Amino acid sequence: MVTLGDYLTVSALLFTLGFAGVMLRRNIIIILMCLELMLNAANLSLVAFSRFHVQPGGTPNYDAEVFVFFIITVAAAEVAVGLAIIVALFRARQTTHVEDITALKF
Amino acid sequence: MVSPILFWSFSLLMLVFGAAVVLNRNPVASALSLVVSFLGLAALFMSLNAFFVGIIQILVYAGAVMVLFLFIIMLLDLRAEKLRKINWPAVAGGLVVALIFLVQVLSVIGRFQPARQPFPPLSTSAIDDVRGIGLRLFDAYNLPFQIIGVLVLVATVGVVVLSKREFR
Repeated sequence: MVTLGDYLTVSALLFTLGFAGVMLRRNIIIILMCLELMLNAANLSLVAFSRFHVQPGGTPNYDAEVFVFFIITVAAAEVAVGLAIIVALFRARQTTHVEDITALKF
Repeated sequence: MVSPILFWSFSLLMLVFGAAVVLNRNPVASALSLVVSFLGLAALFMSLNAFFVGIIQILVYAGAVMVLFLFIIMLLDLRAEKLRKINWPAVAGGLVVALIFLVQVLSVIGRFQPARQPFPPLSTSAIDDVRGIGLRLFDAYNLPFQIIGVLVLVATVGVVVLSKREFR
């Protein structure tokens, strides 16, 4: 029997993987991919709650799925802008390694 | 409801390839692992009767977003990173913060009473979720929907401006 808690646990594990990737990796493109992992972990728990809160008509709560739709749209726009910034940064500095970018270091 | 074997196999697929994204040294291998991880996630969405969200997940993430990532990796001609001197205190600190976060979230889930109940059954009309989501989207969430359209337009203009050769 699969319960709501199982989905939430898997979602927490996926979020932690993305979080650890953002903390540990030094390549900006990989960091952006790990941000996507975290956004998708949040989507998984939203969809699990949408299925759990069944409405009186016997349908899932579609408000959560509309919210997931918005998150996917914002994430796609974020990836497009982020990758454009990475390309501009690579033209200026010839690196995607965060430790080589120290212009703001005090 | 989905059988436990399918649920755990797709969860394992998603988590193993999610770990591969973090651990791979080659950016192309990371991007392809991310595709497999998102396919497993789409299967989990479909196991929750969210067929529309699952299809959108495959089309938008495994299709469009990953092509964008691979295209940028190709454009920048990134190779596998050379092994640098690893900053062990920073790695240990990052792992400790991530583990503390995981323990915190799992303890909250453990104390959350509804998490132990099974999912309530759906009526047979729940199969046309595209209709339900579309009605919500264009009725109750009409204004946010239009604002998100403006956001995508702004992102498009921003990408064009950022991609120009010289800033002026």
